[in-house]
Amino acid sequence: MSERKNSERAKGFSLLKIVPSKSRGKLVTVLIPVVFFAVCALLVNLGVLRSHFAGLLVPLCYYIIMAVSLNFTVGILGELSLGHAGFMCIGAYVGGLFTLLTQDSITSAWIRFPIAILLGGLIAALAGFLIGVPILRLRGDYLAIVTLAFGEIVRNLVQNIYLSRDKAGLHFSFTNAIEPERLDPATNVDIMKGPMALNGISPDATLLISVILVVITIIVILNMVDSRAGRAIMSIRDNRIAAESTGINITKYKLIVFSLSAFFAGIAGVLFAHYSTVSPPKFDYNMSILILVFVVLGGVGNIRGSIIATAILYILPEVLRGFQSYRMLIYAIVLIVMMLLNNNERFNAWKKNTTERLTAWRKGLFRKKSGKEAE
Amino acid sequence: MSFVEINNIGISFGGLHAVEDFYLRQEKGELYGLIGPNGAGKTTVFNLLTGVYKPDKGTFFLDGQNMTGKSTVELNKLGIARTFQNIRLFGNMTVLDNVKIGLHNQYRYSALTGVLRLPKYRSTERAMNEKAMELLDVLELGEERDHLASNLPYGKQRRLEIARAMATNPKYLLLDEPAAGMNPNETAELMQMIRFVRDHFDMTILLIEHDMKLVAGICEKVSVLDFGQLLCQGETSAVLKDPEVIKAYLGE
Repeated sequence: MSERKNSERAKGFSLLKIVPSKSRGKLVTVLIPVVFFAVCALLVNLGVLRSHFAGLLVPLCYYIIMAVSLNFTVGILGELSLGHAGFMCIGAYVGGLFTLLTQDSITSAWIRFPIAILLGGLIAALAGFLIGVPILRLRGDYLAIVTLAFGEIVRNLVQNIYLSRDKAGLHFSFTNAIEPERLDPATNVDIMKGPMALNGISPDATLLISVILVVITIIVILNMVDSRAGRAIMSIRDNRIAAESTGINITKYKLIVFSLSAFFAGIAGVLFAHYSTVSPPKFDYNMSILILVFVVLGGVGNIRGSIIATAILYILPEVLRGFQSYRMLIYAIVLIVMMLLNNNERFNAWKKNTTERLTAWRKGLFRKKSGKEAE
Repeated sequence: MSFVEINNIGISFGGLHAVEDFYLRQEKGELYGLIGPNGAGKTTVFNLLTGVYKPDKGTFFLDGQNMTGKSTVELNKLGIARTFQNIRLFGNMTVLDNVKIGLHNQYRYSALTGVLRLPKYRSTERAMNEKAMELLDVLELGEERDHLASNLPYGKQRRLEIARAMATNPKYLLLDEPAAGMNPNETAELMQMIRFVRDHFDMTILLIEHDMKLVAGICEKVSVLDFGQLLCQGETSAVLKDPEVIKAYLGE
């Protein structure tokens, strides 16, 4: 009975379209965001797009990083994770605190910010590794529940930390605000105030750095997928038992995926912290679900799809702001249409057909050119 | 000492003795058949030999090395590869990639080398592709290299499983019903391939099969299992004539 249930569950999950990754088109996947952001930046500079729109570009970058890294866990390893915002939270607070504590001593953002990014990413990766060890045996729904809980635990922990600095050094308290008599009122600076926002982080996350990080994330994950390690990871997704009897070390590759995915989520968090105000409620499960929606609608296992879906679904509600009360209605309709199209055989066949025709056309063009040169 | 030595291996699930006191001696390069009615415990023997189940008792030696109680991954690295009765391919990956996963432990480069696309990545991948194509050509799957494994017809999927198992460079190959669902022509081709694999790669093979034509055609020796017990074993022609075996298969 339980076996039948398991197989049904597996079937349900495989209904989500798992697109095989191909080495071709990798360049296109990298170029899409680069060209998109370049054009947007140009249009903003020319004054065609409102500055309000310019403010969406950096957040779009960190949402793309989130979606691509979550797709690595969900689409490539095939494990449902609902706690991705937890890793983002860790990255945001580690990177944010690093900048807060060092921005007086290290004045150059060009030195400080890369360290913050690396530190945030690494601590998040460590968290990914640590959460990965106990949940190795879990699969499917069980894993999803544990990751969901993990995200909430991280948020709740952060929400209860109080941190202050005065001439005596750092003061730390858990669950309660620090008693004023412990602090030196003249030099005291509150750094973390529980559920309140982290203030005063220098806004180092420029569009250029963000786009560079997006490109790095995409390249690392695409190269990883199309390599020895990536094949091993996908073999675990497709058939765990066969992977084991083919000599694939499942523990090792699962931990690699959890850590790497968390690393990039941490980086996205650092960007977040250096762009908008950081407070714990922003990293609740709604954020995790939002990212998962980007991934699922872009196509599970399809990295390029994640990028495009994130761009559409993130910018759309902002563009629709003019429609006020109809805004979320239209958003919902777009979500439903994308879902229907993704599962529609005729649409997918049309998409495939068009791509093939385009490729053939491009090849024909190339042949004509080289033919002329030969003459 | 024989190349393969299985001594009184056994496992029970609750009160059910799935396999009891199974023993087997197999010489290097021998093609050995394992037959028996449905539910006799043949696949359980495979699962014991590949570490899916840990035996309650008994020992298993391959090439003089003790294999008893090792994990599936370890056993594969030590030279045991298998195929599955219910095909278990990596369905969303190409035929070529399926075989390349089999090559995973022979052709190594670090994950970082792969991400940074260092020269070693390119050279190793090229060597892997060549080796994989060699195996695919042996099993006549070369033309399907870029197809998704799940899109292959049934017979080719079974052959791809053999190619993948071969790619792990085993000393001992276990084939679980390789001809199941094949038509007589496909089975005849498969028999030739198995023979070729044995001769060409110097492989020792144990296979489970219900198709008696295949067993009689290529196996030098067979063991017969019934209700988890060894019924008899020996030269194929002699065993298949044994009245006990006929009784177990056809009933009285």
